[in-house]
Amino acid sequence: MSSTSIPAGQISTLHAIRNKAPLFLAILFGATLYASVCNLYVPQGSVFYVSTYTITLLGKYLCYALLALSVDVIWGYCGILSLGHGAFFALGGYGMGMYLMRQIGDRGVYGNPELPDFMVFLNWPELPWYWAAFDQFWFSALMILFVPGSLAFVFGWLAFRSRVTGVYLAIMTQALTYALMLAFFRNEMGFGGNNGLTDFKDILGYNLQADNTRVVLFLLTALALALAYVASELIMNSKFGRVIIGIRDAEDRLRFLGYRTDLYKVALFVYSALLAGIAGALYVPQVGIINPGEFSPLNSIEIVIWVAIGGRGTLYGAVIGALIVNYAKTKFTAILPEVWLFALGALFVAVTIFLPNGLVGLFKRRSQGKLS
Amino acid sequence: MTMSKRGVATDSQNAPEANKAAGMKHNLREAFRRDRVWPWLIDEPQPEINVAHQYILYVESLTLSFDGFKALNDLNLYIRDGELRCLIGANGAGKTTLMDVITGKTRPDVGTVYFGQTIDLLGRSEADIAQLGIGRKFQKPSVFEAQSVFANLELAMQANKRLLPTLLARLSGEQIDRIDEILGIIGLREQGRMLAGALSHGQKQWLEIGMLLVANPRLLLIDEPVAGMTAQEAEHTAELLKTLAGDHTVVVVEHDMEFVRSIAQTVTVLHQGSVLAEGSMAEVQNNQDVIEVYLGEEQ
Amino acid sequence: MKYFLHLTLFFILSLAIQTVQAEDSINADDQDQMTQIIHLADQLSRVRLKKIQPILSQLEITGADIVQPMFEAMRAGNLYYLKADKNSQRRPVIVESLGDSNYQLKDAITLDKKGQATKKQLKKIRSNNKIRGFLRDAIARLTLSSENPEVREAAVKNMLASIDEKTIDLLLKARLQEQDDDILELMDVAIALHTLRTSEDAGQRLAALEPLEQSLLPVVRNSLNQLVAVDAAGKYIEADDTLRVRASEMLKDIQQQLDFYGFIETLFFGLSLGSVLLLVATGLSITFGVMGVINMAHGELIMLGAYTTYVVQLMMPNYIEYSILVAIPAAFVVSGLVGIAIERGVIRFLQGRPLETLLATFGISLVLQQAVRSMFSPLNRQVASPEWMSGSLEINAVLSITYNRLYILIFALLVFFALQLIMKKTPLGLYVRAVSQNRDMAKAIGIRSGWVDAMTFGLGSGIAGVAGVALSQLTNVGPNLGQAYIIDSFMVVVFGGVGNLWGTLVGGMSLGLVNKFLEPALGAVLANILVLVFIILFIQKRPRGLFPQKGRVADS
Repeated sequence: MSSTSIPAGQISTLHAIRNKAPLFLAILFGATLYASVCNLYVPQGSVFYVSTYTITLLGKYLCYALLALSVDVIWGYCGILSLGHGAFFALGGYGMGMYLMRQIGDRGVYGNPELPDFMVFLNWPELPWYWAAFDQFWFSALMILFVPGSLAFVFGWLAFRSRVTGVYLAIMTQALTYALMLAFFRNEMGFGGNNGLTDFKDILGYNLQADNTRVVLFLLTALALALAYVASELIMNSKFGRVIIGIRDAEDRLRFLGYRTDLYKVALFVYSALLAGIAGALYVPQVGIINPGEFSPLNSIEIVIWVAIGGRGTLYGAVIGALIVNYAKTKFTAILPEVWLFALGALFVAVTIFLPNGLVGLFKRRSQGKLS
Repeated sequence: MTMSKRGVATDSQNAPEANKAAGMKHNLREAFRRDRVWPWLIDEPQPEINVAHQYILYVESLTLSFDGFKALNDLNLYIRDGELRCLIGANGAGKTTLMDVITGKTRPDVGTVYFGQTIDLLGRSEADIAQLGIGRKFQKPSVFEAQSVFANLELAMQANKRLLPTLLARLSGEQIDRIDEILGIIGLREQGRMLAGALSHGQKQWLEIGMLLVANPRLLLIDEPVAGMTAQEAEHTAELLKTLAGDHTVVVVEHDMEFVRSIAQTVTVLHQGSVLAEGSMAEVQNNQDVIEVYLGEEQ
Repeated sequence: MKYFLHLTLFFILSLAIQTVQAEDSINADDQDQMTQIIHLADQLSRVRLKKIQPILSQLEITGADIVQPMFEAMRAGNLYYLKADKNSQRRPVIVESLGDSNYQLKDAITLDKKGQATKKQLKKIRSNNKIRGFLRDAIARLTLSSENPEVREAAVKNMLASIDEKTIDLLLKARLQEQDDDILELMDVAIALHTLRTSEDAGQRLAALEPLEQSLLPVVRNSLNQLVAVDAAGKYIEADDTLRVRASEMLKDIQQQLDFYGFIETLFFGLSLGSVLLLVATGLSITFGVMGVINMAHGELIMLGAYTTYVVQLMMPNYIEYSILVAIPAAFVVSGLVGIAIERGVIRFLQGRPLETLLATFGISLVLQQAVRSMFSPLNRQVASPEWMSGSLEINAVLSITYNRLYILIFALLVFFALQLIMKKTPLGLYVRAVSQNRDMAKAIGIRSGWVDAMTFGLGSGIAGVAGVALSQLTNVGPNLGQAYIIDSFMVVVFGGVGNLWGTLVGGMSLGLVNKFLEPALGAVLANILVLVFIILFIQKRPRGLFPQKGRVADS
């Protein structure tokens, strides 16, 4: 060992340069715990009180952050632009929605213990078979992973093996989510048509309207985000990650080195879809509704812009992008709803032309400039 | 004979034909036999390369046309195990296309390509062929620019390149030593931590050669290795290639005749997709056909 | 090709007829007739009920065609006079309810619009069943003897279902005068149906079946179905076996014909949808296919074209008929200029970065949508169709083709071939192809590639605008109009093969046809989904589409 000029330690420092996980986790948990404590233990009148509305809003943002992370993994690191990640998010959401729907039981408007309200309304004689097991949480949780995962697997397997790449792939993913949107809008599909699933009562026996439940869901979302972040960082810092980055930059070269790049892409695509599905599943109980609008191509493309604004190819960049854009969206649509789409559109153009590496890239350049 | 990829699974095909259901059941049972591991879960042993007849590459009657243009025209080429062969020829003679066919990037219309006596290369994927031990260096240096020189070599290193092993891969001391050794050979020890994108053109050429070395393939296909190098660097490359031959088989495509002259044992001249002449540099230079179509142009 | 020529000729002729329509010159005789009619009409509301019928008789004699609308309105109970006219001359008006007891008025004689009135301002012209019966016969007499063959044909058709002893006489009389073959045939059908229903003579009835052969009229089908029907006990209602067997044979024939025309109709619907897809994708086949630029704002350029049509119509409210002809070049210019601005302002900075181009142009599409929303309104706007585009071409009783779809089909093909001409025969086309194949080489031989890019993009965008004009005739114009078409148009181009205009034609048409042929079995939405899934799978098999193009492609 001593004879080599690269000490073993150097390899780990190579990775440590990119390792932002501890700082990220510290900020994430610091902020979420603070907000939770201020919601639960600070009296409502106090200036430090954080309303449950805010907690839910923050929880929503964290779901979006997880979703952005899933897109960043595939786009930022592997160069695959998916304009259909909203579909995986929505599928995860529907999985959770179906569970929550079954939990309503006979407390619906029509009081039917078996059928959800919309089925009673549409005169469905009985529960469709694919709804049957969704009263079990474990089954729902399994489906939340299985459905987006297997869709991503089939789509990725077909697309990556026949080497559909770049713009074509982007358009195909968009068509995929569009087709799903059309399908879920149909009443006959049995997912509530354009009203979707809503009026949820409780989750695992806990009242969804209660502050405690809200805070726990919020903290779980933070935990999921943290785990996804750490897992993604581990993956990207492994040799697997170096292959992924290699695919982005010179896929042909990797094939001639003996890597089955198509399989790597399928695997990463499935991983990414799983993250998106989890994000959707956490989103639904907090927001209280899931409808086919979540499949709309606009939603999917918006996720991409969060990542682009934050800075793709850095995990924290995606998270920052999602938080900033969604905060801005909340503010804008409340004060100047007309301006929001102008602002979002301008952001798309400005970021792609002037900030190819996003906000993170901007700060990096700054700090590098200072060093030299 | 073809080495079936699913060799283990196809053993179970002798089920009774008459009863389909029973056959399926049988297959299913076969698929879940406890004494076997699913074929995709085990590492297939690499097929043995049979060089009993001293030849490592057999290319026979290869023909490939793009829209009527014959890029390869009934091309035959045999490469001895351990030899250093130079391919020369004017632009469009089919040199790069030949490499594309050997490495699985392009499928020919007609012809066969065997690696050793037994392994049919046609129909295999690029990755498969690379795993068999055929390395390739491109005309344009193609390295992973966003990653360090060290990581480039790590990616190229001989290893199990399936998903899970790659995910869990940790470099052993020996492997680090090996990479360091290669860094020394290609003269990039100082730049080990630099991003490959920051290297000069010549350094990228070296890095790519280093990536070939670290992969330790049986057969190296090298496309224009000295383009963009200084005379000194080219000389260094020539030395390196000569030392490689013997343990490895090296096929070099090059336009720089000076360079070819300095390394060549055997030279093959390609012209319009087929072999025009083959022999030592002197023989080729005195070949009447060659003088007409190739060297003739230079003078 | 011949068929196509016929259609084109037909298109041009029908335009010509519209413009040439002679203005009525009122001569002295007509003047006299008018005075008389007005006088009689005035009497309608003054005399007692019993006296109304003689007045109507007189009106029928003097008025001929002119009084027909008045008669029909009176029969339907829509004939009023204004209370304000009570003591002066009472001109009857035809009213049409606008809801909330508001009525739109039309002069019953000249049919000119006369503004609105409330129920309280109006007084109904009285009638009773006897008068209504008289009116019915009078209308039949008037229309059957009308000089206009279309009116006569419509009259016979109206009578088909409800022939009785009275009308059959009228019909038989009119038949003697009739010259037009089509109308004669129709009359024969009517008479035959009557015979079939009323005659006791088996031979007469069997003979009456013959004129019904091959007829596609629903009335005929109903009558034949009655002949072969069974009662609740499963017994045939019709006793005459020969008649019944013959009828069921004929029904089979008719059904075959119906299936055939049904097929033709689906074919037309498919081609019509295909033409819409072709129109929206043609522009894209230039910007995406030839230039390799992913323009997600393509849909919004279509939308701008549709809004241009709307604005042009607002600007020339008295010339709705021609506004659409003005809108076509206007939309081309508006969308083309916006396209050039997008190319010069954004896309050229992102050359060689297709994914970034995609995102940036998507941003532009959001801005354009919001701009339209702010300038006009988020609500849909209705663009009126000129008269020559409404209505339908009736080929026979079961097959009719709406003019707007027919014209749009022709228009889509015209646009497509015009574009082919531009690409193949003009210097611009040559430059475009040169730049798309090898930009550096094109630059080296002195082609201003920047200018060519701008012009090409302008051309593609302009065509998108023109597509918008066509769409405004089919759907409502709203800010989201473009979004509905963007995915479809990309699918068409990718399916047909990027960079291949013919591929776009074939792709658009075949997707349209597949969609429409799946629709009866699956419903529109599921058919749409299935087509999308099919394309997704198809692209996996043939990533370069139906007709792959060599040379530079959008993605490398």
